[in-house]
Amino acid sequence: MRNNEFIIKSGFIIDPSQNIEGIGDLFVENGKIAGIYIKNNKKDSRKNGSLNKEIKTIDASGMYVFPGLVDMHVHLREPGFEHKENINTGTRAAVNGGFTSVCCMPNTNPVNDNATVTSYIIKKAHEQGVCNVYPIGAITKGQKGEELAEFGMMREAGCVGFSDDGSPVMNSLMMRRALEYSKIFNSPIISHCEDLLLADSGVMNEGTVSSMLGLKGIPTEAEDIMVARDILLAKLTGGRLHIAHVSSKCAVALIRRAKEQGIRITAETCPHYFSITEKAVIGYNTSAKVNPPLRTESDIDAIKEGLRDGTIDVIATDHAPHHKDEKLKEFDNAPSGISGFETALSLSLSLVRDGVLSMKQLTEKMCLNPAIITGIKAGTLKQGFSADIAIINPDAEFTVESESFVSKGKNTPFAGWRLKGLSAITISGGNIYEWKH
Amino acid sequence: MWVLKLMSKELLNTKDFERIISRIAHEIIEKNKGTDNLCLVGIQRGGVHIAERISAKIKSIENVSLAVGSLDISLYRDDIGMKKSQPTVRRTDISFDITDQKVILVDDVLFTGRSIRAAMDALMDFGRPAQIQLAVLVDRGHRELPIRADYAGKNIPTSLHENIEVQFREDGLEDKVLLIENAG
Amino acid sequence: MQKDLVSISEISKDDIELILDTASSFRDVLRRDIKKVPTLRGKTVVNLFFEPSTRTRTSFELAEKRLSTDVFNFSVPTSSVVKGESLLDTVRTIQSYGADYIVIRHSASGVPHFIAQNSAASVINAGDGINEHPTQALLDAFTIREQKKEIKGLEIALVGDIVHSRVARSNILCLLKLGANLRLIGPPTLIPNTLPKGIKVFYDMDEGLNGVDVIMMLRIQMERMGKGFFPSTREYFKLWGINQERLAIACKDAIVMHPGPMNRGIEISSEVADCPQSVILEQVTNGIAVRMAVLYLLGGSKNAE
Repeated sequence: MRNNEFIIKSGFIIDPSQNIEGIGDLFVENGKIAGIYIKNNKKDSRKNGSLNKEIKTIDASGMYVFPGLVDMHVHLREPGFEHKENINTGTRAAVNGGFTSVCCMPNTNPVNDNATVTSYIIKKAHEQGVCNVYPIGAITKGQKGEELAEFGMMREAGCVGFSDDGSPVMNSLMMRRALEYSKIFNSPIISHCEDLLLADSGVMNEGTVSSMLGLKGIPTEAEDIMVARDILLAKLTGGRLHIAHVSSKCAVALIRRAKEQGIRITAETCPHYFSITEKAVIGYNTSAKVNPPLRTESDIDAIKEGLRDGTIDVIATDHAPHHKDEKLKEFDNAPSGISGFETALSLSLSLVRDGVLSMKQLTEKMCLNPAIITGIKAGTLKQGFSADIAIINPDAEFTVESESFVSKGKNTPFAGWRLKGLSAITISGGNIYEWKH
Repeated sequence: MWVLKLMSKELLNTKDFERIISRIAHEIIEKNKGTDNLCLVGIQRGGVHIAERISAKIKSIENVSLAVGSLDISLYRDDIGMKKSQPTVRRTDISFDITDQKVILVDDVLFTGRSIRAAMDALMDFGRPAQIQLAVLVDRGHRELPIRADYAGKNIPTSLHENIEVQFREDGLEDKVLLIENAG
Repeated sequence: MQKDLVSISEISKDDIELILDTASSFRDVLRRDIKKVPTLRGKTVVNLFFEPSTRTRTSFELAEKRLSTDVFNFSVPTSSVVKGESLLDTVRTIQSYGADYIVIRHSASGVPHFIAQNSAASVINAGDGINEHPTQALLDAFTIREQKKEIKGLEIALVGDIVHSRVARSNILCLLKLGANLRLIGPPTLIPNTLPKGIKVFYDMDEGLNGVDVIMMLRIQMERMGKGFFPSTREYFKLWGINQERLAIACKDAIVMHPGPMNRGIEISSEVADCPQSVILEQVTNGIAVRMAVLYLLGGSKNAE
């Protein structure tokens, strides 16, 4: 429902972009943020007179008020794979998880490697989406790793970054060119780091569990080697590199060192990489098949440390919905991916409860940083910005039932988990959506 | 098990047991007019002990050693898959040809007749005996198939809640037959 | 016993021993003139083979027929799988035929588990990917026990491509449960880097064979060659093949085993394959007895209340 004017009252507002942290009121007018009033700071950016009128109020006492979450790594599957997800279901699932801006990867059919596909996605999102959708364009035509795609045209059509997610650019020269060429646009090259030859036909992390299950393993080095390569290429070219879905201990260490050396590099991880290990695969559980594969306890520890010390800038979902039938298969033949929108925030809030992150740091990693990296106008509660807001109940508990996901993708390894914390009300462009399950 | 034992009643003691074996041995010789072409096959497990005792007795009477085989009927049962777990398959050892022989099939307790049916089927897979005769220590009634013993040690009418347990000195116990009332 | 036999890793030492003891009785049945028993008449077995196999399928089929089951073979080239049917639909179809048992071979690890979870039939794994081949391990254990009386304390060497071998994996799990001391011999490219505790690894064949009671040779798959696992069959035979001289390094009464089919002159010399210490043909016969035992023992669990 559309409300021209409302007030979110008495929530604990966190907006790192304005250094706001405190209980206060947030005003929305005509789909835009009209102002914030923080009680203790006496910070009042209200427009004059707005308190005098009788306006609709959302009581947010006991809740956190975040900028709407920004997810810079998702798969909306449209065009081409609408049986897995489409822009409508995908954005509704995003909103149900507290996200109001998502960046969708180009591995659609056709691949988003030209401005026509980009425009199509944006048009569709406009018509059928319920949150902001920003496409990521392909690095190479058809994601084949052979020829650069038209970065300039795609950028103009609305792409906010470039990635061959899912089909890593194996050719180092091509990656060098991409990092060089993209400098004109100041768009990040988002790298899915995997040495496909070393990964061979592996289907899970190589280690004791793969050995126990007789499944072909992918050594963590398949990720680490490519992280190292791309860091060196970023150093060589001065291009903007963003490492997608960091899953390994060694990758965290490599990124940390690169940052210490001043190399332009940012990195993201996903909730599953700090929540579960390779053990989730036991029983040939295809909902725990994901790429990069789930790793070990020590990798989880390193990822958490990387989040804590700022090595990892972003928590993204890598929301990768699949049709039920596709996952109900031989492990080797099932597609990789986890439907992540509707569990990401809850899993990430546990980092705050466990003392890994402060609530403010979590807001940075889920709102501000991804917006800065992709250069989109989101992740903030500044006056005049679109009213994209997540009102988070940190104590609400629920049991994950994949069948009640809004997303078409029911593929989650967290089914049956008891989770705590959710976006009770998500406001996207001024529209109010209540959490449903 | 111990509780069940409390409600048991001794039907045959060691002495009775021995007398019965002796009588069956004599009856076998009498009925078959000697021991020509005779052999014994005991059904696992109790029947095997009894077959060996009968063979020993016949040896002491006639000074003839009859061949004794053992037969496990698990693979011929008609209730496969109806129980929680499959019966343990014990050894079948019939190291002599039964074709044209008079086979004395020996079991400890004759009850529904189903074990005997299974045993006869099993025997047929080993050859074509001239005759099969049946010797049992106890016949407790309740037949479900048209089968009767040629030599029955003792007829003991029982109810269906009762069980007959036969103990053997070969298993380190005293030879005896007990009637056990199933609780409940 | 459980409903299914999908892996050695999921069954206990007691279960293994029950299977081996029961197999002894079936080994006796196979020595009779009439090698067939009526035990499982009325039961239907489907041999669902997604990978070509002659030996394992024949062995299962004989075991099934000797237990009087009705057998039908569902193999890939003639099935609708090539028409794009999903595995789950195939399983449901077979279930609707009234299968009591599904014997499954598949190139993907974990498929027998998948079918077991999605079918009421007793599922027997006849080899899944690089994961397990439990009946082969059981027949190997049966053969060793027949030759050596007891497995506990024996020095047993597995030689060759361990890393891609489901036979090796199941054997390692099974023989460890039965208390054997294990050694793996082969090129480092073909030995897994994660192994259960207590297993010795030798890259040198002569060193590894010293004092072993049992030598289990594994089949070298030609397609591994040229992919960097080893340079040539000639070099492989020189370094890890078994011949008479090498056999002499093992214990005097050591036995030689091979799951078949053999590559003579690549992993095993003809002299060794045909020598008195070779029990390769016994393995084949024992395979039927062991599979009969498995079918018999699983058959009891299905209708249990």
